[in-house]
Amino acid sequence: MAAHGLPPSLSRLLFAVKYGSLQSRCCALHSKAQYSTVHNPGEKTFDKILIANRGEIACRVRLLDTLINFEHMNSHTCKKMGIQTVAVHSDVDSSAVHAKMADEAVCVGPAPTSKSYLNMDAIMDAIRATGAQAVHPGYGFLSENKEFAKRLAAEGVAFIGPDTHAIQAMGDKIESKLIAKAAKVNTIPGFDGVVETVEEAVKIAQEIGYPVMIKASAGGGGKGMRISWNDEETREGFRFSSQEAASSFGDDRLLIEKYIDNPRHIEIQVLADKHGNALWLNERECSIQRRNQKVVEEAPSTFLDPETRRLMGEQAVQLAKAVQYSSAGTVEFLVDSKKNFYFLEMNTRLQVEHPITECITGLDLVEQMIRVAKGYQLHHKQEDIPINGWAIESRVYDPYKSFGLPSIGRLSQYQEPLNLSNVRVDSGIQEGSDISIYYDPMISKLVTYGATRAEALAKMEDALDNYVIRGVTHNIPLLREIITHPRFISGDISTNFLPEVYPDGFKGHQLEADKRRELLASAAALYITAQLRSQKVLGGLRVSSAPVECNHWELCVELGDGRHAMEVTKSGDVFTVEVDGGTVEVSGQWNLASPLLPLTINGSHRMLQVTTHTHTHFQLRVLSKLAAELNSYMPEKVPEDTSSILRSPMPGTIVAVSVKPGDTVAAGQEICVIEAMKMQNSLTAVKQAKVKSVHCKPGETVGEGDLLVELE
Amino acid sequence: MAAAFSVARSSCGLINGLRTSLRGLAPLKHGAVAASVPGTGLHRGCRRYSVGHLSVKERVDEKRRAALVGGGQSRIDAQHKRGKLTARERVQLLLDPESFVETDMFVEHRCSDFAMEQDRNKFPGDSVVTGRGRINGRLVYVFSQDFTVFGGSLSGAHAQKICKIMDQAMTVGAPVIGLNDSGGARIQEGVESLAGYADIFLRNVLASGVVPQISLIMGPCAGGAVYSPALTDFTFMVKDTSYLFITGPDVVKSVTNEDVTQEELGGFCLLCNSIFFYFQLVADLSLSSFSDRLVPSLDTIVPFESTKAYDMLDIIQSIVDERDFFEIMPNYAKNIVVGFARMNGRTVGIVGNQPKVASGCLDINSSVKGARFVRFCDAFNIPIITFVDVPGFLPGTAQEYGGIIRHGAKLLFAFAEATVPKITIITRKAYGGAYDVMSSKHLRGDVNYAWPSAEVAVMGAKGAVQIIFRGKENQAEAEAEYVEKFANPFPAAVRGFVDDIIEPSTTRKKICRDLEVLASKKQVNPWKKHANIPL
Repeated sequence: MAAHGLPPSLSRLLFAVKYGSLQSRCCALHSKAQYSTVHNPGEKTFDKILIANRGEIACRVRLLDTLINFEHMNSHTCKKMGIQTVAVHSDVDSSAVHAKMADEAVCVGPAPTSKSYLNMDAIMDAIRATGAQAVHPGYGFLSENKEFAKRLAAEGVAFIGPDTHAIQAMGDKIESKLIAKAAKVNTIPGFDGVVETVEEAVKIAQEIGYPVMIKASAGGGGKGMRISWNDEETREGFRFSSQEAASSFGDDRLLIEKYIDNPRHIEIQVLADKHGNALWLNERECSIQRRNQKVVEEAPSTFLDPETRRLMGEQAVQLAKAVQYSSAGTVEFLVDSKKNFYFLEMNTRLQVEHPITECITGLDLVEQMIRVAKGYQLHHKQEDIPINGWAIESRVYDPYKSFGLPSIGRLSQYQEPLNLSNVRVDSGIQEGSDISIYYDPMISKLVTYGATRAEALAKMEDALDNYVIRGVTHNIPLLREIITHPRFISGDISTNFLPEVYPDGFKGHQLEADKRRELLASAAALYITAQLRSQKVLGGLRVSSAPVECNHWELCVELGDGRHAMEVTKSGDVFTVEVDGGTVEVSGQWNLASPLLPLTINGSHRMLQVTTHTHTHFQLRVLSKLAAELNSYMPEKVPEDTSSILRSPMPGTIVAVSVKPGDTVAAGQEICVIEAMKMQNSLTAVKQAKVKSVHCKPGETVGEGDLLVELE
Repeated sequence: MAAAFSVARSSCGLINGLRTSLRGLAPLKHGAVAASVPGTGLHRGCRRYSVGHLSVKERVDEKRRAALVGGGQSRIDAQHKRGKLTARERVQLLLDPESFVETDMFVEHRCSDFAMEQDRNKFPGDSVVTGRGRINGRLVYVFSQDFTVFGGSLSGAHAQKICKIMDQAMTVGAPVIGLNDSGGARIQEGVESLAGYADIFLRNVLASGVVPQISLIMGPCAGGAVYSPALTDFTFMVKDTSYLFITGPDVVKSVTNEDVTQEELGGFCLLCNSIFFYFQLVADLSLSSFSDRLVPSLDTIVPFESTKAYDMLDIIQSIVDERDFFEIMPNYAKNIVVGFARMNGRTVGIVGNQPKVASGCLDINSSVKGARFVRFCDAFNIPIITFVDVPGFLPGTAQEYGGIIRHGAKLLFAFAEATVPKITIITRKAYGGAYDVMSSKHLRGDVNYAWPSAEVAVMGAKGAVQIIFRGKENQAEAEAEYVEKFANPFPAAVRGFVDDIIEPSTTRKKICRDLEVLASKKQVNPWKKHANIPL
């Protein structure tokens, strides 16, 4: 056994051990989880639909055989319905999955969304050129844009969504609250109207009483939203929200309302036709949120009793009827701990998290939207809408550094866990795709289904463990942590779940002693396997090699700051590792070229992923005993003092610089604002100091790690 | 009176003392053999072939013990305090456990000037540890300079030890690894030390291309000593604790009046503690890799706009076994990427233009970096895979004055003379003379592929149109015509200058199969004393 330190191939590797069981739960798919409506081929809808979107939702609406393995539940609706599809794409998206999968693809402009996916002229041209009869807008982009719906109507092209009137009424948060009040829907106390100035905002906030929520009137999806607990935060929040609202929606109007502490975010899916019929398709629990962006959703909610569900559903339908709603829509409620619920807003589009509703109700929402747009009546009655089983959705996306900021990159390796049953992955990317700086950082929606919640959760754990993503950072460690958290499992959640459970941001999985032993043992076993392999040479060595077959090793593994001495013996394929006063048996047949390394630890199955990423995985360094001893003579590398320099944490654009050389800043004072992935992030000083130099100016594009400001 | 007497006596003692010390000096002056045989043992007349009360075995043991501690514990501690390991610790760490076989443990220096002949100035083994051992089972010869003995300075004996293992390595055909940590020449020995350097240099040169030679700079390396690493195939330096320069900061200051630190003058230029990795790589491994694996991500890696950059390392990593690419000189001339990897277990050398840096153009530094790597591969029978995306040679006076013609010619020379299997993939641009240079078909490329995104042409559309259609209007139309005609792989493919236009995702599969076939490639250059590469 070679004792010479670490082969770098391994030393720099990081091990992401995901403690999940591998036993595949091959329970048959709950029979009722199929779409209850078998498509009727005689019912003619459209010949050709243009999908004015990108990414996973564009693929979802269209056709993607390979991405779905719900046996009977295929989500490629248009293909099923025999409809031709037209994709639109920006120039950087020309090789994107959604563009390649469509029957026709039209480039509508350069990368920035305002010039492509929001470019109505170009999209109208594409409709004319391809002769599409209808447009499905997906979510985001033009999905809730009344102008777009109007222009389509003027050209006689069907908009697969609600009427202009409903979009307008519900799209404006102020108007929508007035309508909801009139329709006898519970609403949150607050100020209904446009807030013009900072001082006015502060005054209103004081009247309502803190805490208050400041949000963009036209907004949605958490953008342009700020919570404020005092006057100072109100001022700051007003400024940020109006800027974000202006850049995201082109409309800087804001409203202020009472902020409900510890609420749950539960929304009701509604479906209405053009004949005055409206249904509620049960609820989705979306309380697990980060900065008002949903992270994990489930349907149904553990919290609602049938009575509350019915009340919420009926109010949602009342609202839909009040605006003559047609198509699929979502009415969002905040629910407090006493099951009081308040109307939040209505989204007049297909929601990101619609698949979980499809799983438990068996309805294909996109198909229903297309039927409704064509003018058909709904087949279903309210009593036909079931809750079958449980579905959970995890949004897999590319976060950046703990909780913080988005990153971008290229997916160098990508493998979805479709080998498992009852797993649905809606994604619009493949190996080699770029997670572009211009668009949403979502990688995919991972949906698992089970007859019970426990079953669905166990499946989710497996699916996350088998998900291979390399080249970009991702939030799978966080997702896994959430779905295995005792509070989440017991259903004790609110929209404050993440801030409460991870007040300082998610720092990665914290290992218990036995799990740590298992991790250390796996690392040792893998290290030895790699070592033994590197002694094998094609055709053998000229000089007879290895002295004696070695089967005993003394190693030292560094994990974080801790050092763990261990003794390893090997017999056959089984490694017996003695570490930290315990014995662990590790075995497995590994192909070191594969990203997934299944192994058996003390008799239970585990999935190990060896990555070259330094994200929230565990960083281990395996050394021989000798190397570990000598290592103590090596000097510690002194890290750069980062308190006096401010570097860009991500690629983006500088929106504002609040300091100039010579200024004195206090700890926590804003230094500059950087915009990336459509989010504005305020960078603040870590200590009180004088500004030495400023290396950026507003409007400038900066890369990750670029020096922005130096303090003295 | 009594006092005066005592003074006289003591001064007498002084004189006596002086006399003795003069006597002691005498043999030194006349160069006669000095120390080794203290008379007492002989007087006893016993037949133990030894001196004093010790048997040979005991003396051997004592010498070995002395050799193992080098310059003594206090110096070892000092070495550790500097964040450095001792010569023996390094050897132990580098080689497989218990595989080190040491030679010349008893060699001592032969200098007798400046009191060097005294016992306290003699260290068994002198200031270097030499021998052979194994790295992952592969035989290597090693020398490791011992900074605890006279600052690792090079004596005649020291050089002789190194030469001995180099000669052995050459006779058996095993690599030589030098762990350098030396203050320079042993000044007490004068020209003998210089002769020692020259002996090593000569062997470095003779061994070049016969056995791989690797230098690890693990401390200071200055003056004449730098030329040995410079002559070897690869030089690794330890960050922060090693320096490599011809003259130190003091000399620089006195000659040119420049103020520089050791770090600025000769700090690390290439961090690599991965010597093990290198050894794993240079020997073929029986891996359980997937040679037929398709790499779908390659189909989208080259951007549509030919002005947009991408990372050549992405391509390389996704094609090679286990994404393991050992890059050589990753921080120097980044517009060309060179390094080792495996294809289906077989070691290959990879050369690729890096579009991410300076558009991947060839300039003086990148040409030299590439040329040296190609020649190493050729010398040791390592097949070369070349990924081409090159817009041409970098224009400008700096390059021309610096000798881009001569340096560029080195890369051309290296590729042309190489007789190992050569596989070339044109991923995008292959413009002008740079196309010829980058392992083209014309330079005996064995297999040359083009991706559909390849553009093999004399130059980019814009420049070409400005020349062909000079003064004509409608440049845009002419440009479109040029793009249609030339900015694609067909002109090369119809002439047979590329063998095939392949889907990027199949590249790995094809290379693996070609390498299998080319394993039996035989090609010899005309006999010559040696070629005359444009140095």
